[in-house]
Amino acid sequence: MSELATTRRWKRPPFIQNPTLRRGLWVGAAIYLALAFGTMEVNWERVAEGTERGQRFIAAFFPPDFVSRWDSIEEGIMESLWMTITSTVVGIILSVPVGLGAARNLSWRPVYLFCRGILAVSRTFPEIILAIFFVKLFGFGPFAGFLALSVGTIGFYGKLLAEDIEDMDPVQAEAIKAVGARWLQWLNYAVQPQVMPRMIGLGIYRLDINFRESAVVGIVGGGGIGATLLTAFDRYEFDSAAAILLIIIGIVMALEYTSGYIRKWVQ
Amino acid sequence: MPVRELADKKIWQRRTTRMQFAAWFGWLLGVAIFVYCWRLISEKTIWFFVQDAPQQAADMAERMVPPKWSYMEQLWIPVWDTINIATLGTLIAIIIAVPVAFCAARNTTPSRTLVRPVALFIIVSSRSINSLIWALMLVTLIGPGVLAGVIAIGLRSIGFCAKLLYEAIEEIDHSQVEAIIATGARRSQQLSFGIVPQILPAFAGISVFRWDINIRESTVLGLVGAGGIGLQLDASISTLAWTQVSLILLVILATVIVSEWVSARIRHAII
Repeated sequence: MSELATTRRWKRPPFIQNPTLRRGLWVGAAIYLALAFGTMEVNWERVAEGTERGQRFIAAFFPPDFVSRWDSIEEGIMESLWMTITSTVVGIILSVPVGLGAARNLSWRPVYLFCRGILAVSRTFPEIILAIFFVKLFGFGPFAGFLALSVGTIGFYGKLLAEDIEDMDPVQAEAIKAVGARWLQWLNYAVQPQVMPRMIGLGIYRLDINFRESAVVGIVGGGGIGATLLTAFDRYEFDSAAAILLIIIGIVMALEYTSGYIRKWVQ
Repeated sequence: MPVRELADKKIWQRRTTRMQFAAWFGWLLGVAIFVYCWRLISEKTIWFFVQDAPQQAADMAERMVPPKWSYMEQLWIPVWDTINIATLGTLIAIIIAVPVAFCAARNTTPSRTLVRPVALFIIVSSRSINSLIWALMLVTLIGPGVLAGVIAIGLRSIGFCAKLLYEAIEEIDHSQVEAIIATGARRSQQLSFGIVPQILPAFAGISVFRWDINIRESTVLGLVGAGGIGLQLDASISTLAWTQVSLILLVILATVIVSEWVSARIRHAII
């Protein structure tokens, strides 16, 4: 007995129980990695050149140059902020009817399918691709970026709203119906109070996302700080680029901090 | 319960008068900010182009159908590149995110005053810069190509993975760790037998989730020259080859849907 106890060693159970599947996954991963690295074309000379440039870029952060391009930086940041606010507001307003329609417990079957379709389409494409098309259609400038971000917001917010309504407590909704409320009253007193706290939090979270995205739609001509950043990189003005990046990080951090604070306060 | 009395009848209201005023004022402020921002955007818009848009859209739609199916032959390699960018980028991110997450979690960090703020700073700065901006930087630094895309996706994902992972580490059941300590385990053994098994499912879920997001993001990295199908998209748009554009969009759509399906299946199997 004592002999057995010393020779038997405990081994921790593996994460994937099935041994064939486990070994198969390891082999598959190894083959994939070999193929992926094998087909990746890397110009190592250019990469080596980059290290020197990288050092210059990092050096440009100490100190960053806010001054020499300040006019265009200010304009870009302001455009980004306007775009963020308007697109969040418009996107949320438009997503409310879509979200209501896409909640299974609320809407009629054909309307449900139609609204789910809208949400699926607006969620699939990244905002930047939408921005490319809106720039083609509506011309350069913040309006195209605003539209792209609004469509993105509809997909994000409408889906979460619909899911939240589907998860709500049906007892409260029934109680309001039992006192003889009309449909709109029912929405206002039974559905809205239940979903509101979470939706306010998500709205602020989306504001945060929209600012981050508004910084890149400028790369394809959709207005905002992205265009200024692209120009700075194209001209190798790393110190201005560093300044812009620091401003973006600063605003994102401020937004994240406030949004965390507001969400705590709402719930 | 806010109740107002009017001619001896009690009328129930949802809010007190003060709350009503506060809400009203909040709305006023919100609307004012919105109108102000809208006016500034409107000033920068050429409304003639906007009025023209429906016609332009119809025109573009007409030029986009039918998709040029024969172009697909040239798209297989970009699609492969796109998937590689997302997968290898996620891999890099995970490898770096794990130590960062352990340094950022309150219960495992070596030092709360020194190491934790640094780890949190890494997380925040990685998260606040969009992967397209990371790609833009890396293309100027190390040149265009797949490598820039892989690193950009990796850098952007570190923050995301590390944040979710350190939250999972902070939420573990401490009694299991205590049990391991009671057997006389060293600190590294505590980590590997007490904490790691508890966060492994969350870890796998986070990685697959981020991979799914990364597929979506890597489709557009080519717009700034960082490889993948975005390169073809950019080239087709600038040469006004609209039938190619529509095919590329369909391919992106299919890739995103497949990756979403795969990630949903894997997460379902884990949890």
